[in-house]
Amino acid sequence: MKPLAAILFRDMRIAVRVGGGALMGVLFFVVVVTLVPFALGPDLALLKRVGPAILWLAALLASLLALDRLFAADHDDGSLDLILMGRAPLEIVVATKGLAHWLSTGLPLVIAAPLIGLSLNLDGPAAAALVLTLLVGTPALTFIGLIGAAIAVTLRRGGLLLAVLVLPLCVPVLIFGVAAANAAVGGTVPFGTPFTILCALTLASLVVGPFAAAAALRQEME
Amino acid sequence: MAIADLANPARFLAFADRTIPWLGGVAVIAFAFGINQAMLAPDDYQQGATVKIMFLHVPGAWLGMLGWGVMTVAALGTLVWRHPLADVTAKATAPIGAAFTLMCLVTGSLWGRPTWGTYWVWDARLTSVLLLFLLYLGVIAVWRTVEDPSRAARAAAILTLVGAIDLPIIKFSVEWWNTLHQPASVMRMGGSTIDKSILIPLLIMTVAFTLTFATLVLAAMRNEILRRRVRTLRLIQASAAS
Repeated sequence: MKPLAAILFRDMRIAVRVGGGALMGVLFFVVVVTLVPFALGPDLALLKRVGPAILWLAALLASLLALDRLFAADHDDGSLDLILMGRAPLEIVVATKGLAHWLSTGLPLVIAAPLIGLSLNLDGPAAAALVLTLLVGTPALTFIGLIGAAIAVTLRRGGLLLAVLVLPLCVPVLIFGVAAANAAVGGTVPFGTPFTILCALTLASLVVGPFAAAAALRQEME
Repeated sequence: MAIADLANPARFLAFADRTIPWLGGVAVIAFAFGINQAMLAPDDYQQGATVKIMFLHVPGAWLGMLGWGVMTVAALGTLVWRHPLADVTAKATAPIGAAFTLMCLVTGSLWGRPTWGTYWVWDARLTSVLLLFLLYLGVIAVWRTVEDPSRAARAAAILTLVGAIDLPIIKFSVEWWNTLHQPASVMRMGGSTIDKSILIPLLIMTVAFTLTFATLVLAAMRNEILRRRVRTLRLIQASAAS
């Protein structure tokens, strides 16, 4: 437990410092969401309709940002080699790093979402449902992103490759996340249906992500 | 000669040199027969002659999915059994499978315009096939971005195994969701629901396209083996010169 706790706190401390992912992620999220009304026009009814989708898209892109350096930074300073040689199972360590990434990048997004959602005329039950779907869905985005981050770890400009690999895999999470957020405010589908599927996707990614990422890391670092 | 004998690249090259002309020849004959049958097939009572796009669209879909299936088996070959030609197979199949998937998407889009009234719709079947195409592009990107071929092979293998979840999603998408795309009518419990006059040409064209797929994959594998030999020779030459 102690090495895992150490990795968790180390990653979170690095993330909140300057150059880490945490503040940049939230800032990017806020900037993207602010850009949207300039593109769509100020029609509040329209913004309210597409609000959940915009917030989900921005959350997806903001999660991608910090994934880039998740393993690459450790690879650069040699700590990835130490982790691979250590006694803790690599899958658990990768899952811990994923948890640290979510706590430092995903959770701030969930907290910022209802506040910035007000600029898209999103309040009340719509915002509550959106926050709930983001809370359940952002771990899935992180853990699926682990796979791409592990594959792209040794590359110089791996950031774009990571996005190309991760985004198709994140599409189901996006579909059901937005469906659940929209279902809460009306429509024929009850909120529970896409929401439980979203929960299932997250639970599956919590398992598949670390295993695939650990396998990729082992192959890349040989 | 067992499959295991073909693991030797030199033996495989000899096998490929012998097989590719014959396989290609049979594919051409099958195409000649298939196109003839397709021309003779009757028009659909509702769609008219546009139903014959099916003879391109359906084989494209099946071969796009078969391509990913071949890549999945090759990925297991790379990661689990360490078969020497597994990563060559995976690298060779990726662009060919992607091309067939693209053919499926484009012909389907052209077919949809007169029959559905739209080039595209975001229903489950079309979305999951488009995702398959994007996954193909992702795997091809991994092959081209990682320099060491064996490292690239293992990274691509993991991505292929993760992406294989899309195949059952595509197959069952028309059952699990309300889709504009029609439900399964060839491979279903209770037999096919297509009339024989159209089903037979469809199956012949599928055989022709599959033979083409096999020929192209073998030729691409041969090219990849030769490419690796050139790369090794260049590396030896460069280190000898320094």
